[in-house]
Amino acid sequence: MAEPTLVVEDLRTWFHTRAGIVKAVDGVSFSVAPGRIMGLVGESGSGKSVTGFSIMGLIDPPGRVVSGRILFGGRDLATLADDEMRHIRGRRVAMIFQDPMMTLNPVLRIDTQMIEAVQAHERVGREEARRRARDALGQVGIPSPEERLSAYPHQFSGGMRQRVAIAIALLNRVELIIADEPTTALDVTIQGQILFEMQRLARETGTALVWITHDLSVVASLADEVCVMYAGRIVERGGVDDVLDRPAHPYTAGLIGSVPSRNQRGRPLQQIPGVMPSLLALPTGCSFRPRCAYADGACTEDPPLHDFAGGRQARCAHPLSGATP
Amino acid sequence: MSVFIIRRLMQSGAVLVVMSLIVFFGVYAIGDPIEIFISPEADQIERERAKVALGLDRPVWAQYFAFVEAALGGDLGRSFVFNIPSMTLILQRMPATLELALSALALGIVVGLPLGMYAGYRPNSIGAKAIMAGSILGFSLPTFWVGLMLIMIFAVDLGWLPSTGRGETATWFGMTSSVFTVDGLRHLAMPALNLALFKISLIIRLARAGMRENMLMDYVRFARAKGLPMRRVVMVHVFKNIMIPVVTVVGLELGSTIAFAVVTESIFAWPGMGKLIIDSIQRLDRPVIVAYLCIIVLMFVIINLVVDILYSVLDPRVRLSEARN
Amino acid sequence: MAGTTQSHSAPAVETPLRRFCRDFAESRIALLGLAMFAIVLGAALFAPLLSPQNPYDLNQLDIMDGRQPPMTMSMGGFTFWLGSDDQGRDMLSAIFHGLRTSLGVGAMSAIGALALGAAAGLVAAYFGGRIETLIMRIVDIQLSFPSILVALILLAVLGQGTWKIVVALICVQWAYYARTVRGAALVERRKEYVEAARCLGLGHRRIVFGHILPNCMPPLIVVVTVQVAHAIALEATLSFLGIGLPITEPSLGLLIANGFEYLLSGKYWISFFPGVALLTTIVSINLVGDQLRDVLNPRLQK
Repeated sequence: MAEPTLVVEDLRTWFHTRAGIVKAVDGVSFSVAPGRIMGLVGESGSGKSVTGFSIMGLIDPPGRVVSGRILFGGRDLATLADDEMRHIRGRRVAMIFQDPMMTLNPVLRIDTQMIEAVQAHERVGREEARRRARDALGQVGIPSPEERLSAYPHQFSGGMRQRVAIAIALLNRVELIIADEPTTALDVTIQGQILFEMQRLARETGTALVWITHDLSVVASLADEVCVMYAGRIVERGGVDDVLDRPAHPYTAGLIGSVPSRNQRGRPLQQIPGVMPSLLALPTGCSFRPRCAYADGACTEDPPLHDFAGGRQARCAHPLSGATP
Repeated sequence: MSVFIIRRLMQSGAVLVVMSLIVFFGVYAIGDPIEIFISPEADQIERERAKVALGLDRPVWAQYFAFVEAALGGDLGRSFVFNIPSMTLILQRMPATLELALSALALGIVVGLPLGMYAGYRPNSIGAKAIMAGSILGFSLPTFWVGLMLIMIFAVDLGWLPSTGRGETATWFGMTSSVFTVDGLRHLAMPALNLALFKISLIIRLARAGMRENMLMDYVRFARAKGLPMRRVVMVHVFKNIMIPVVTVVGLELGSTIAFAVVTESIFAWPGMGKLIIDSIQRLDRPVIVAYLCIIVLMFVIINLVVDILYSVLDPRVRLSEARN
Repeated sequence: MAGTTQSHSAPAVETPLRRFCRDFAESRIALLGLAMFAIVLGAALFAPLLSPQNPYDLNQLDIMDGRQPPMTMSMGGFTFWLGSDDQGRDMLSAIFHGLRTSLGVGAMSAIGALALGAAAGLVAAYFGGRIETLIMRIVDIQLSFPSILVALILLAVLGQGTWKIVVALICVQWAYYARTVRGAALVERRKEYVEAARCLGLGHRRIVFGHILPNCMPPLIVVVTVQVAHAIALEATLSFLGIGLPITEPSLGLLIANGFEYLLSGKYWISFFPGVALLTTIVSINLVGDQLRDVLNPRLQK
């Protein structure tokens, strides 16, 4: 396998609030290789978006990356100065946000918002930058891109806006794209188109993709590898088929069980009992313990990270039998 | 766009008609219009002539049209004091008032906007807290007393600035204003600052609230994710969004600034229409009062109209949704 | 979050009034404002007792005492702590009496505007339809004109006098109360208890005054503080311009105006100290009002 594009090692991003320290991301490690798609799965509040923003260097006070390394292009992004980081953002790493209605500036035209993204990183003329913007819009399937360039964001539908956001990410031939639930707010058909295009893009250009989502079906159809996050930690990771077919962690199994599907019709969906604990009051040991059917005295200790066949890992004292160590 | 403007024009016309009715009945209900429009020293012949001109022998609706006609023709009687048509008198004084009001608004923006934006950008800094304390004081200080204190400090104690009058004026492209001479500017400085004080406080609050609100928006994060320098994010992306409410409020404030110029003009003996109306009220120069009323109402309607149109030009969302309706 | 846990641990011992007082006292600056206002109010109420001199009694004035700077001894044997004006009037006494006038006019106009505005707002919200449209149109048009302009027009028409300025201030302010009450009443009217009261066959008056109005009180209290401060400032401004209160009842604005001509010759105290008194009054009311808004607002949203 090729040298990974991104290696995240033991990342910790904490928010120092008045009520206490919120450990939104607490010791997360993973890596993505060129042309591969890594699905980062979890419920809301599990820290998956904060992980994405940490990589981008977009954590604002009271939050801070307190430790860990974010290795990218031979450098540790966590240690870069603001100005150096700025030259990487948008130039080598891009991010696509969840709500396409909110990500584009409502009072600036599309061309302004695209041209500035080119000119922030390269000394190119307005005409050249505009030409690249037009090509990028065409690339993501926006009809008559030349005319659409002079439009304002509110003149686009949600799906079209998300395509514009993706086009902006493509402007500078980035090596890594972090997509934070980019299809959650969209119709299913449009979601399918965008997923397909992103997959093609990763394969063709060798761009690595970190796809943040709470939707296991998206991961199943899109990703190569998957990391499952719970309460700021990765509880299981591995190849997407291995993890989804034979989950090792009870939480992963619970997530898979709660996805409605056709062949389960008539049977009640399985639910994970309880809700995710507040990050301010996590239980000792395994944070999934209060909701887990298999929990016992051993789980009050920090669970060990088990290695399984095929490079899989799970953080559980009682891994499910389906996954053979 | 044009539909919007036409509809807005019709609205303004309706308000004007209503206001003219109120002024008409105000004038005619309170007393004999002859007493209001004709000097007590006028002889019997002049009174009779005026009675016919105002159509007092005709039915009420005809009198109303006669009043509107007289108002449109600028013929609402002669000032008892100056013995020239009251409309002419007010129009002569209007440039000085507009000059003062516009200078105050410009000062409000030039001083208030940067201070407010800074206070919103670094809300916890000592500077921001000082700015906000200052703006609370600016709201509470009675304008007229501040004017006196300005005179005491800058004219009496320090002797830097003249305390009364408009100073030397010069004509530039057909506009006569004291802005074009050094002496005029020296005369303008204190009254403009006095009148601007409240506006500065207001704009500081608006800009600060806008800054804080917009900095949390997704589009700011997305702009940063594109790798734009913070300077551009704030000065282009956020600034344009802040300007929408600020311009609207500043435009709407033009009316109240002209109204409150009454106080400032009285203190600094500024020869505008505000000082004129106070003098006229004290001298019971009623034709001038009525004419002032008519003109100020017209000005308010025009200002509100212009602000609405400007607002729609600035905010593309309004422009479009209005056009659709 | 801390507040909810606290109220859980101490259930039902706290009356609403107590909780309100505790919430209010959370801001030290608001308490300072309240203390300042208490002093101002005390000075106004007990002006005749506190003043070394009756500033309206011409027999007590000595022209020889005219324009004395602060801290000088008067002919009458007491000290002009804040100096004297051109007629030998003790500024401190004049300020105490001026506060009395200013606060009195402010309070009277607030009560009048509150009664008129609340009534109009309630009628608009409760009956709706054309009455509502008519009332709210008038409110909108009036609010599109600055307060000083409305007052100016009214005084130009009515002429001068204490009651006339009170009437003018009521006319300036009623629209704010009407809008506030209508907004709050509309929310209340849709609630089930009003429907229930209607079904019980209670009369309009019972429902409006017994049920809807009490629930409009929190936003109304906030508007009252803002508007009283506004009325006092506006009255002072109009009196300063010479179209407000008559000379016989000098409010703070008139005192300041009196000192204007002497200001230019460096005799600052005649204008300066009444201005400080006015500023203190307005700032103290605004500080209290700010905190009231913070305390009363979240409860509204609950």
